[in-house]
Amino acid sequence: MKKTIAHFIKSFTFWELLKGLSVTLRYFFSRKITIQYPEEKTPMSPRFRGLHAQRRYANGEERCIACKLCEAVCPALAITIDVEEREDGSRRTSRYDIDLFKCIYCGFCEEACPVDAIVETHIFEYHFEEKGTQIMTKDKLLEIGDKYETEIAANKAADAKYR
Amino acid sequence: MIEFIPESLITFWNWLPVYIQIIAKIVLILVPLMLSVAYVTYAERKVIGAMQVRIGPNRVGFFGFRLWGLGQPIADAVKLMMKEVILPTKANKFLFLTAPVLSIAPALAAWAVVPFDRGMALTEINAGLLYVLALTSIGVYGVIIAGWASNSKYAILSALRAGAQIVAYEIAMGFALVGVLMASGSLNLSDIVEGQAGGMANWFVWPLLPLFFVYFISGVAETNRAPFDVAEGESEIVAGFHVEYSGMAFAVFFLAEYANIILISALTALMFLGGWLSPFENMAFAQDSFLAETSLLWFAGKTAFFIFCFLWFRATFPRYRYDQIMRLGWKVFIPVTIVWLFVEALMLVAKVGPWAV
Repeated sequence: MKKTIAHFIKSFTFWELLKGLSVTLRYFFSRKITIQYPEEKTPMSPRFRGLHAQRRYANGEERCIACKLCEAVCPALAITIDVEEREDGSRRTSRYDIDLFKCIYCGFCEEACPVDAIVETHIFEYHFEEKGTQIMTKDKLLEIGDKYETEIAANKAADAKYR
Repeated sequence: MIEFIPESLITFWNWLPVYIQIIAKIVLILVPLMLSVAYVTYAERKVIGAMQVRIGPNRVGFFGFRLWGLGQPIADAVKLMMKEVILPTKANKFLFLTAPVLSIAPALAAWAVVPFDRGMALTEINAGLLYVLALTSIGVYGVIIAGWASNSKYAILSALRAGAQIVAYEIAMGFALVGVLMASGSLNLSDIVEGQAGGMANWFVWPLLPLFFVYFISGVAETNRAPFDVAEGESEIVAGFHVEYSGMAFAVFFLAEYANIILISALTALMFLGGWLSPFENMAFAQDSFLAETSLLWFAGKTAFFIFCFLWFRATFPRYRYDQIMRLGWKVFIPVTIVWLFVEALMLVAKVGPWAV
């Protein structure tokens, strides 16, 4: 009986509804956490997995030795590699394509690479305007690698102690 | 307000034929109304955004300035006008296109009797309250016809839900208005407001507190707003009765919904919070200052408060289950209003409370 009366009083004074309304009103006046994207950006981990790049050694020699470990580990079968012997007798890729439509940005290629040749950079704002351009060829990958080498090296260094 | 208008303008106004005067008045009511409808959508996004710790739309402005996103409703309207109105193949075309009109027309027509300030109404008809009640109930037809004419399962289910819900809450709403009618002794909205003269304490909210809550909550249910928006429950029936609508036909439904929100808010302000009357009438500190004056701004402020409540409810409450809505309407609100009508009648006869003469 007491319980019923308490329930009646509670529901007719809108007690619980007012409690809910007070919560939303409190948030109405609170500081907003919105990050206004193009002007402001969230911090990014050094492990962020964005667009791929191929790196070179300091002397300009490309790192990739065509071991095909990345191709083997790629769960989406996005990587295609052809191997050739270069004039100086070293084993190099003649073709290194990543199909970005297939790629799921898992970062396994980066993990698998024994020479840190293929990496994923912080770049995530990119688009393709024509069919076919989603295929990242070796030239394109090396170009990105050259352009962002300092950033990539810094990220690798920052993450090194956790590897 | 009249004293600011130059003499020549008044003579010109009186020289105009009556029907031109009426049309001018209608335009004077409808244009600000449609603008406020547009900006209520903006306010809704801003308020709900703020309650979800976001900032809401803030990009679209005018002439290269952002202006807190004030251009957003205009951009939305332009977008909707550009879009194609798709007619479903097996829809009844005539009814399909009539339904949006049927839902917006009553929401706009009801403003004919709403007094904005003392003597500032399009018409002063003595059955104003009855007229408002009649028009708000016509709004159901728009929903039902839209649901039926779409020839879509979702739409018809939603129309059934909305129809049952609106009819159920109409009764509680009508009873609540009977309370107002008993308290004021008049069906004329201006007289109802004048009956609440004499400061905050004389407003009808206090003697009619339960009826006020019943009226406002029924109003929320009538406009199919959260938490009573089962008619457009995204989780089970997509968008409800207007799934099949696109472009301007959809926009008209949208306008109707928001026009109804403003209408219900304005009516609540008129009937329970003394409309254009100042809350500080006959109070010592406000004597002879602008605070004690009756003005359009009081009416607008009270209406804005109720509109804010609509948005606030939407940000707060989860959607009611359908049977809970029906239970609330039939088994709670109707008994509450009937009981309170008896109490009010006894108070009137015994001349207690506000009726002690």
